[in-house]
Amino acid sequence: MTAIQERPPATPSRPNPALARLRNSWRQLTSMRTALILLFLLAIAAIPGSVLPQRGVNAQNVDGYYAEHPTLAPILDRLGAFDVFASPWFSAIYLLLFASLVGCIVPRLRDHYRALRMAPPAVPARLDRLPQHAVLAGGPDTDGLDVEGIAAVLRKRRWRVAVRDNTVSAEKGHLKETGNLLFHVALLAVLFSVAIGSWYGWHGNRLLVAGPDNAFCNTLQQYDESGLGARVHASDLPGFCLELTDFQAKFRQTGQPESFRATVRVDDGAPRAFSVNSPLRLDGANVYLLGHGYAPVIRYTDRYGRVQTTTAPFLSVDGMLTSEGVAAFPDANVDPKTGARDSKLQVAFEGLYLPTAPDTAPYTRSVFPAERSPALLLFAYRGNLGLDAGIPNSVYSLDQRQVASGRLARVGDGKLLRVGEKWTLDDGTTVEFLGTKQYATLSVRHDPGEKPVLASAAVGLLGLMLSLTGRRRRVFFRVTTGRSTLVEAGGLPRTDYAGFAEEFAQLVKDVEHRDSEGRADGRTV
Amino acid sequence: MAALSDQLLVIAIMSYVAAMVGHAAEYAFGQRSHVGRAAAPAAPVLVGAGGPSVVEPELPSSFDPPASPPDKARFAGWFAVAATVVAALVHLGALATRGLAAHRMPWGNMYEFVLSVTFVGIAAWLVVLSRKPTIRHLGLFVALAMVLLLGVAGMVLYVDVAPLVPALKSTWFVVHVSAAVLSSGIFLLGFVPAAMFLIRSGYDRGKRSFPYSLGARVPAADVLDRLTFRLHAFAFPIWTFGALIAGPIWAEAAWGRYWGWDPKEVWAFISWIVYAGYLHARATPSVKRTTATWIAVVGWLTMLMNLFGVNIFFTGLHSYGGL
Repeated sequence: MTAIQERPPATPSRPNPALARLRNSWRQLTSMRTALILLFLLAIAAIPGSVLPQRGVNAQNVDGYYAEHPTLAPILDRLGAFDVFASPWFSAIYLLLFASLVGCIVPRLRDHYRALRMAPPAVPARLDRLPQHAVLAGGPDTDGLDVEGIAAVLRKRRWRVAVRDNTVSAEKGHLKETGNLLFHVALLAVLFSVAIGSWYGWHGNRLLVAGPDNAFCNTLQQYDESGLGARVHASDLPGFCLELTDFQAKFRQTGQPESFRATVRVDDGAPRAFSVNSPLRLDGANVYLLGHGYAPVIRYTDRYGRVQTTTAPFLSVDGMLTSEGVAAFPDANVDPKTGARDSKLQVAFEGLYLPTAPDTAPYTRSVFPAERSPALLLFAYRGNLGLDAGIPNSVYSLDQRQVASGRLARVGDGKLLRVGEKWTLDDGTTVEFLGTKQYATLSVRHDPGEKPVLASAAVGLLGLMLSLTGRRRRVFFRVTTGRSTLVEAGGLPRTDYAGFAEEFAQLVKDVEHRDSEGRADGRTV
Repeated sequence: MAALSDQLLVIAIMSYVAAMVGHAAEYAFGQRSHVGRAAAPAAPVLVGAGGPSVVEPELPSSFDPPASPPDKARFAGWFAVAATVVAALVHLGALATRGLAAHRMPWGNMYEFVLSVTFVGIAAWLVVLSRKPTIRHLGLFVALAMVLLLGVAGMVLYVDVAPLVPALKSTWFVVHVSAAVLSSGIFLLGFVPAAMFLIRSGYDRGKRSFPYSLGARVPAADVLDRLTFRLHAFAFPIWTFGALIAGPIWAEAAWGRYWGWDPKEVWAFISWIVYAGYLHARATPSVKRTTATWIAVVGWLTMLMNLFGVNIFFTGLHSYGGL
């Protein structure tokens, strides 16, 4: 973004009006004013992304917002307010901003390339007009000073030097513009790398219960939630299978978690442990540990004596891992002789699991997240579970429409079960709480854009620092030889540089003493 | 140790109050005295001419009593600076004891974070002051901000010492949070010369109503403008590193993605954009300096939003505040 807008002079011939309009629009777009406005628009456009729930961050919160604001939510949704960072208007702003950026840095790259190849400009006629000026008048100090000597002193200090007749021009600090351009090019590289990542990346989230029976393989169907980049096909996913062999959670006395550690077997290899902050890095995918919880194992014996066992993951509702969930037995009470299914006799249990139940009632909240005194509070339901209707439903809760319509009815009161305890329902069927298994929620991800983004960002930071600390400046010397040698010096800072006077004074002193050894100067950028 | 930390915080706040009183006294006495009024505009010229050339090698040398006739106002001013130094040391003590009590860096929740950010702010202020003693008048606003922020931290944000949750146990905790603390502290300090620049330039244009009337006794506009730019230009790369590079590196390891538009990330991005806008505007001659400085003020508001607002109003992955 050019600091100073330099417009080329208008051509005398009457231009094509369409072309002229196009060119004017382009100039408008690439002007600093427009760039600043776009920057501000980008900042303002990002605000709704923090105020309103976002699908990409937490889809459940969006559903919650829909429930709370049934009229407003659809309108906001059409405006893309729940997907701000993927919305057309947000994209429009940053694409315009990047177009403006390109339009600005391309000419600057060209100019900078020329400037780097050009010798420092000729010495101006009146050096005393420059911000810094010094005269070394005759005497033993200046005797024998010549342009080559001065040039040697300057070169030693890494100035770019041009000697013309009896004058020396020198320039320094091109790194500032180099850094500035590097930073802006790096921003483009970041954007490009992010695009690569979203095209070729994929992810899947999955709740994985411990044990060999629950192992899963890396295919889309096996994930609870997944997303594929635009250029990724489901068959491109690397094939591997994961089995959660162990999960260890340590807690302090207050219940605050201290450490989590999951151990998985990848394919048939040796078990590998990973934890929060140190993911499991596989070939072509990383596995991240996002959360954990308990899955009660519940055994139900129906009217015909048929036994079914289910491991139902419960979702924790608080820090002490009080967990809620449902164990459903849709195939219960099928007559084994006829195979007839009575859909009114399906069974499900709504449950509240307390890893550490309090010593006395009410048993509604766990008091510690580890399993010190596990108890399962069950509510039995019998009737039509509504699973055959083909309507997607959460596996962690009962279909409340079935309950409301009376097709699914609660049987008796709730019952608190300890591990191994059995509860006999009114129809003689029994339910038994066998224990729990640990589960871990995992995110399996692949983002090929990560490393390019990081590299671009690092280059950008380097460029930024060069750009902010660099100072472009010029010095000039003119040597007049008569009866004695007269050296006149002038200095011109090209950027805001408060320490230039000192540097100039030091430089003149060094020239005077022909100190061509140079010295490490902190400001030589 | 934790109780000691709490007591040190109270002492630090009281010392900042003393500093504030000292600076206020300097303001008040100075306005009554004709000498003070005449001396005030002269001071910036010294700075303008000398610039950073009057770099004082050692901090304490700034506290030597002035050689000129001991003027009540100047005495009050230097007393205020001494009180600030004491307060900063006690403040550091409060942070260190807090960290010792928790056996970790004292950045685990919002209370500790605000304590750290304000300490960086006051340390940066003392460094700047040691280089340019003539900007001492800004100390009133610095001390006021310290009292307010530490007061809010102690009364509203306070939580008991607790160990880190597993999600925070990472090397990147130190890298990411220290860079965020450092840059936030300097950005917050940068607001003081920015606001004073706006007041001073309004005063220079002939405005004499309340906020601009303060402009009579603050350093010259160009000194304030340059200081504002320097502080922001110093903090910006650190913020870039801390919030937009180290943060994402950690987020990748902890949450599986380097950037996910969590509310804290959104506001870090907004602050970055706004401060980038300030640096661009400041570097563009066609943009007025007051306009550029207003952008810096907006940036400061976004930092406050990120520091307090995000933790209070939104829930997200950065909800370690303990509120």
